[in-house]
Amino acid sequence: MTDAALTLSDVRFTWPGRGGFTLSCPDFRLAQGERLLLLGPSGSGKSTFLSLACGIVTADAGKVSVGGTDLGALRSGARDGFRAEHFGLIFQQFNLLPYASVADNILLPLRFAPARRARATNAGAGGARAEAARLCAALTLPDGVMAMPAGRLSVGQQQRVAVARALIGQPPLIVADEPTSALDAAAQDVFLGLLFDQAATAGSSLLMVSHDDRLGARFDRVLRLDEIAATARGVAA
Amino acid sequence: MILRLAIGSLLARGLTVGMTVLAIALSVGLFVGVEKVRTGARDSFADTISGTDLIVGARSGSVQLLLYSVFRIGNATNNVTWESYLDIAARPEVDWIVPISLGDSHRQFRVMGTTQAFFERYRYRGGRALEMAQGHGLDDLYDAVIGADVAATLGYSVGDPIVVSHGLASFTDHADQPFRVAGIVARTGTPVDRTVIVSLEAIEAIHVDWQGGAQVPGRRTPVEAIREMDLTPTAITAALVGTESRLQIFGLQRWINTYPEEPLLAVLPGVALQELWQIVGVAETALVAVSAMVVVTALLGMMAMILSSLNERRREMAIWRAMGARPVTILGLLVLEAALMAALGALLGMALLYGALAMARPWIDASFGIWLPIDPPSAREVWVLASVIGGAALASLLPALRAYRMSLADGMMVRI
Repeated sequence: MTDAALTLSDVRFTWPGRGGFTLSCPDFRLAQGERLLLLGPSGSGKSTFLSLACGIVTADAGKVSVGGTDLGALRSGARDGFRAEHFGLIFQQFNLLPYASVADNILLPLRFAPARRARATNAGAGGARAEAARLCAALTLPDGVMAMPAGRLSVGQQQRVAVARALIGQPPLIVADEPTSALDAAAQDVFLGLLFDQAATAGSSLLMVSHDDRLGARFDRVLRLDEIAATARGVAA
Repeated sequence: MILRLAIGSLLARGLTVGMTVLAIALSVGLFVGVEKVRTGARDSFADTISGTDLIVGARSGSVQLLLYSVFRIGNATNNVTWESYLDIAARPEVDWIVPISLGDSHRQFRVMGTTQAFFERYRYRGGRALEMAQGHGLDDLYDAVIGADVAATLGYSVGDPIVVSHGLASFTDHADQPFRVAGIVARTGTPVDRTVIVSLEAIEAIHVDWQGGAQVPGRRTPVEAIREMDLTPTAITAALVGTESRLQIFGLQRWINTYPEEPLLAVLPGVALQELWQIVGVAETALVAVSAMVVVTALLGMMAMILSSLNERRREMAIWRAMGARPVTILGLLVLEAALMAALGALLGMALLYGALAMARPWIDASFGIWLPIDPPSAREVWVLASVIGGAALASLLPALRAYRMSLADGMMVRI
């Protein structure tokens, strides 16, 4: 059996300060190539869950592993590098550095991930930049967008640039935090279609969190956060 | 790429960054400008007299003697009698001696009575001799040779008449005995530029009808009669002395300082200049300290600017972190931005300074007689610029450490 893309087992985490918000997740597993939608209203601990999954914060107890690597066993600098290599991240909005060009935004994670940079460079003729341009085209971004400052694009275009950034160099795991919440229904549909196509092309697993259960039909699996994790707020603090 | 992004980030915040850079530029310009003026003034002062071994005057302070005899600043408290002058001139150590008589003025410029020897012996800026730009030296009793500033300010040329006023800033003129501009000395950058030079005899001549600092009423000796008179002065203000050998300087100085007939003072120009620097040095240090404080203030302003921008840049930091940047990278990014701002400020400041120097130089020279050289930055100035950039990097450490801690605590999930 191959390693799962992401597993959490017996994880428990409490934010320092902040009224002691605690999340515990006894068992969670994301298979390779799987597309999973995690549903939960705001404040339900989605961000905490994602922070744990990406190694931004480390579990107080239990184990988070990505592709067989225990995140808790890595030192913080190594964990940052690991995240750059293995994760493509897409946020709700304000995903990009507005002052940097689209090309620089897309290529930014490669700066911290040599293996991923090598994959992007070898993806086709022309190196990483050409690969970024190919992704832009595949995501139906207009020609000539690469040199534009990211802040000039529409919100929908910015989200597609964020997808290109998440996908470049084919990281094994794409994590998206409510990427469609700033888009209208029609745009959401187009966006998800593009995201799925490209994630499938890259062979990446997709973990998306949202409060919108209408999106569920298009995923392999839909879970509610309260099915896999328990949260508690500020009892001990 | 990081550098490009840092520059992009700075450009995106153009206005606040621009103001910060401008503040740094002005402070650097001020600091280096003070340095330039300070060294320029020192060099200018030190260049004013060379080749003279001793300055002799009535006993007072050595700095005072130097100031009034060479720089025409302040006044002599007393005169040296002609007999004492002759005694000194007769000493075997003395190679040459140039008498100087001060006290009268023309407009805002001082009149100095001396002999033709002044033109032969006076040296400035490492041994350069005076040169005539126009005309000739002192031939006739009523000939006057003027400095370049005098000619330029008053629009005089050779042949123009000049009336000397009695004393400094006075309303009494020696109108009965006008002088004629015989020559104009080429610009020297020394007080000679602002001096009207006449002969010692002429000084005596215009005071024939004067007694005790006032004109004797009704007495008007005709010019023809004056020309026939013996115009040997009774006293002079000071004298410049050159010795046969440098070894004799101290012996001669001791002899003059212990001259029994009259209290005299002989000083070595270099030693007197040193004393002057000791006095001026305190003010110089204060000036440098104040301009250094201005630089520190500008850097503190930059620090405050970075600190206040941190909150609105939390999202940006979160993106960096999510992309795999370590907190150390974020710290480095902020320090890099600060160093870039300081470097830009330093360059702009130097550009401003050189621009201002190029524009103000003729005016500074004309007003203060200080010729500021436009040189490439000295090693000391380069060091100053480097420490401004280093100081900026250091000052940015506080906000950078804060960003470091924030990015550790926030993770990447900042809600806006």
